[in-house]
Amino acid sequence: MIIRNSAALIPLILLFTAVSIPIVALKKKQIAFFMVMIATSLSVIVSFYNIFRVLKVGTIHYHFGGWIPPIGIEYVLDPLSSFICLVINVIALLVLIHSKKIIEMESNIKSVPYYALVLLMLTGFNGIVLTGDFFNLYVFLEICSLAMYGLISVGGKQAPVAAFRYLIMGTVGGSFYLLGVGFLYIKTGSLNMADVRSIVPHLYNEPTVIVAISLMVIGFGIKMAVFPLHGWLPDAYTYAPTTSSALIAPTGTKIGAYAMLRILFFVFGVNYVSKTLHITDILAWLSAIGIIYGSIMAIAQKEMKRMLAYSSVSQIGYIGLGIGLCNPLGLIGAVLHVMNHAIMKACLFLVAGNYRVKLGHSNIFKLNDNIRKKMPWTTAAFTVAALSMVGIPPTLGFFSKWYLALGTIKNSSWIFLAVLLISSLLNAVYFFRVLEKVYLKPIKSNSLEEFNTLKNDKRDEVSSSALIPVLILSVALIVLGLLNTIIVKGIIEKMIPAGM
Amino acid sequence: MNIQSCYTSFVPLYAVLVSLLAVPLIILSSKKKNLRDFWTIGASLIKFGLVISLIPNALLNKTAELSIVEISPGIELALKADPFGVFFALVASGLWIFTSFYSIGYVRGLKDKKQTRYFSYFAICLSSTIGVAFAANLLTFVIFYEILTIATYPLVIHKEDEKSIRAGRKYLAYTLTAGSLLIAATALTYQITNNLDFKAGGMFNGIALTPNMALILFLLFLGGVGVKASIMPLHSWLPTAMAAPTPVSALLHAVAVVKSGVFGIVRVVLFVFGPKLMYELGLNNILIVFAGFTIIVASLMALKQDNLKRRLAYSTISHLSYIVLGAGLLSSAAILGAIMHIAFHAVMKITLFFCAGAIYVNLHKENISELNGIGKVMPWTMGAFAVGSIGLTGIPPVNGFVSKWYIGLGALQANNLIVLIILIISGLLNAAYFFPILHRAFFRTGEGLEDKKEASPFMVVPLVITAILAVLLGIYPDFLFHFYHLAVMVVTNVLGGIS
Amino acid sequence: MIDFFLGHYGYWFAILLMCLGLYGTIMKKNLIKKLIGMTIFQTSIIIFFVASSSKWGATVPILDEKIGVANTAKYINPLPHTLMLTAIVVGVATMGVALALVITTYLRYKTLDESVLLKRMKKDNDN
Repeated sequence: MIIRNSAALIPLILLFTAVSIPIVALKKKQIAFFMVMIATSLSVIVSFYNIFRVLKVGTIHYHFGGWIPPIGIEYVLDPLSSFICLVINVIALLVLIHSKKIIEMESNIKSVPYYALVLLMLTGFNGIVLTGDFFNLYVFLEICSLAMYGLISVGGKQAPVAAFRYLIMGTVGGSFYLLGVGFLYIKTGSLNMADVRSIVPHLYNEPTVIVAISLMVIGFGIKMAVFPLHGWLPDAYTYAPTTSSALIAPTGTKIGAYAMLRILFFVFGVNYVSKTLHITDILAWLSAIGIIYGSIMAIAQKEMKRMLAYSSVSQIGYIGLGIGLCNPLGLIGAVLHVMNHAIMKACLFLVAGNYRVKLGHSNIFKLNDNIRKKMPWTTAAFTVAALSMVGIPPTLGFFSKWYLALGTIKNSSWIFLAVLLISSLLNAVYFFRVLEKVYLKPIKSNSLEEFNTLKNDKRDEVSSSALIPVLILSVALIVLGLLNTIIVKGIIEKMIPAGM
Repeated sequence: MNIQSCYTSFVPLYAVLVSLLAVPLIILSSKKKNLRDFWTIGASLIKFGLVISLIPNALLNKTAELSIVEISPGIELALKADPFGVFFALVASGLWIFTSFYSIGYVRGLKDKKQTRYFSYFAICLSSTIGVAFAANLLTFVIFYEILTIATYPLVIHKEDEKSIRAGRKYLAYTLTAGSLLIAATALTYQITNNLDFKAGGMFNGIALTPNMALILFLLFLGGVGVKASIMPLHSWLPTAMAAPTPVSALLHAVAVVKSGVFGIVRVVLFVFGPKLMYELGLNNILIVFAGFTIIVASLMALKQDNLKRRLAYSTISHLSYIVLGAGLLSSAAILGAIMHIAFHAVMKITLFFCAGAIYVNLHKENISELNGIGKVMPWTMGAFAVGSIGLTGIPPVNGFVSKWYIGLGALQANNLIVLIILIISGLLNAAYFFPILHRAFFRTGEGLEDKKEASPFMVVPLVITAILAVLLGIYPDFLFHFYHLAVMVVTNVLGGIS
Repeated sequence: MIDFFLGHYGYWFAILLMCLGLYGTIMKKNLIKKLIGMTIFQTSIIIFFVASSSKWGATVPILDEKIGVANTAKYINPLPHTLMLTAIVVGVATMGVALALVITTYLRYKTLDESVLLKRMKKDNDN
């Protein structure tokens, strides 16, 4: 029976654990971590099972409570949703393993409610990805957003302000989406995505539908942090505690991207959004501007987490651009980059966290080669992730850019091609700046005494629970880079929507 | 004899991997110097042996092929040891052996820090160079080319002083930009041809290519590989990168990195566009103009350099353009000369760099004006230097004469007298910037050299051997390694279908 | 024309509230006022949904003996109402989180004025 219901299993496992953690772990705090581990590992296993099942039997429709859509709520497992699900759950598992020791060091965090919130957020993410129902999506969107606000606010002193600003933006975004759903419902009378898909072609000329789609795109644009709707992102990522930023940065914005992709291509149809409404063109242009803007802002930052946050703005642009290109290669690039960026950003934020643990800061200008001697493995992982960000082969970063480049050429959009190439150079600027510091900058100090205290060459690596996830992520970048065709051919090519 | 055939073989892969596998061993034995250096030497010998083992089949025009993994739908990470690839791999792996011995002497002589890092990245560089040589398609080429770019960076900044870090930045700025252009060019090519496999005589056969598109594509390629080949005005990273230790300059800036660039240009000209298309669209004229300009200007700039390594750097820039020029002429003799110059220039230039390094380590002198009378102190070193200079000037019996002769012949074949004049002028300029050094070293008396002796045998023996090799190759170009024969194979393969 | 305005007065009201809410959310400097704006904005959407389900001459969707089951046109569509119940819950939860954040902010920075707040945050960053 469990296997038959596997489509709905992940959100249920996560939700159930999230609710029971505060009760079970009331007396003994340590239990919370183990419960989180069990829940996330189970969801990873189920995601793997789901993806294999989807590849074998094709799209799976799961009807909640046996109610047939459009009346009942439906979960849809197709290659796209099962793939994104897998990425999110694997990243979450690795980051949460990393959190074991880190959580204890962050003074603001009470681990039990924190973990409950984390699981709630993951419930929301998985729900958004799996659901086939517009309103259900809204509910999950708000669940994960509310959990995210909480997770961000427990960071440093400025964190509540950052969380509040995100809350305002996020709620407005969610409300826009809800409004869009309202318009769509008024016209189609259905909230089921597949149902709407079959009705909406008859309504392509209705202004109401056009308004609905615009509102939805704006709503998800905020969640996805597409330029110029990215304002909430840098502060939120910078001030959030390590685990939160490492969880939210790789997955949070991707959910927005997923929802955008799903609604544009799978509900409204490729030709309609690209040829009639030109929404994809607008998205592509905004993304292109965002790519350059994010990279330039990243160069200007002193704080590593803030730099990574701006780099996220730029990398989201890649995904937006891939969606906006509206051709199979662009889509492959975008989906591959969802995975790629999730891995890279998780790795980089975890490294920034590890630096914070050992140094108490992650200010780029205060880094020197001592850190590399202390933490050679963490720094090596950082290097690999940085190279992947720049797009050096054979890392995964190269290949997602390769597909995106092919996509731009296919559309003969030379400006976008130039943007891609220039941005990888800009990425090189801000990453090599850090690499130069951690590998080459000698310690500077005024007195010999101070020098001797600073110059502590002893190996002082973070604990293995904090190191292993980082290493796994960085190795994955190379391995998956070499094996990317398996993913592209096996899964991503099956996602390409009709009419593309 | 002109029938090309293929067979599957793991040898090219092994040749790439040998030095990569040596890296963990080198790192693990970082505490034991001798063991660590043994790994380097061992890897270089095995690598050379593997490449040698590919020669007999290559001479029969049998190509070893291996596809490793599909890296993009329809494109595989594939290796192919065609005659041209074997030729280049032979040069790189053969000279790595000498460089390894020499490096050991050099870094130990200077008591350098971070020798482990040095040898590890050296090994990675060599792996990627062989990968570049054996790349069967453009994407594989790009991948190894980019790895080479990154792996060279730690070697350029090896000294970790302000100057070398700045040199490193400049190096990255140039090469990463070039890499981007190369990726764009590759993607564009893929869009047009749907196939990226190198093909002797060009891969655009039967595909309509508008002249404008071809021009854009060619310029992208030229920008992509031209930086490493340091065609002017893309050259300025090379003299700056001379901040690196001398063995690095020697191998990477006379053999691996810059030759990968030149190799790339020849690949693009002969195996991507093909001589026919190049000629029809007049693209080769672009190459000739750039290369001719570079030859003359770089030689002139070499004249005014006082720093020995910088002078050698400009000389390298000028000589790399000989190869580009030869490829641009598109006549059989010119291509033959160009390909042979890849090997012969490498042998001569590495000798000269070795000499510069030996002088630096032994006497701590970097400037030409300080070299008075050192010929008496370091007779072997300066003797080898003399051989190298004579060769680069193009005087027989050193090998430089042979390749230059063929390029000149090719210019006649192509009825291009201007090129011939350029070649003659540049020969004179070569003499003008090399012979004063020899004059100072042998015919002037220096000061403060009384208690100095020849450099350590680790350094002297390799440079003497490469000098002797230069002479032997000059007398008998097919000596041991069949360079001549391989080059002829390449030319017949490329031009086979046309003339 | 007048019909168009009067016939849709529910929507017009919703749009008015929406603009008001957005204005407050974006333009007001005080965090509490921002929050109020946000709530108004959310409420406007609720009104929009409810307005969309209204129907002249229909009754609440509870089975009425006089109308019977078959004559569905006589009932109001219940779905938007139920959706909005959920949305209200979401709104309340958001409000709760937001207020908690505002309180924490006030405790830490002793101000709720955004411009002052940003200055003090910047000062913290520089330290």
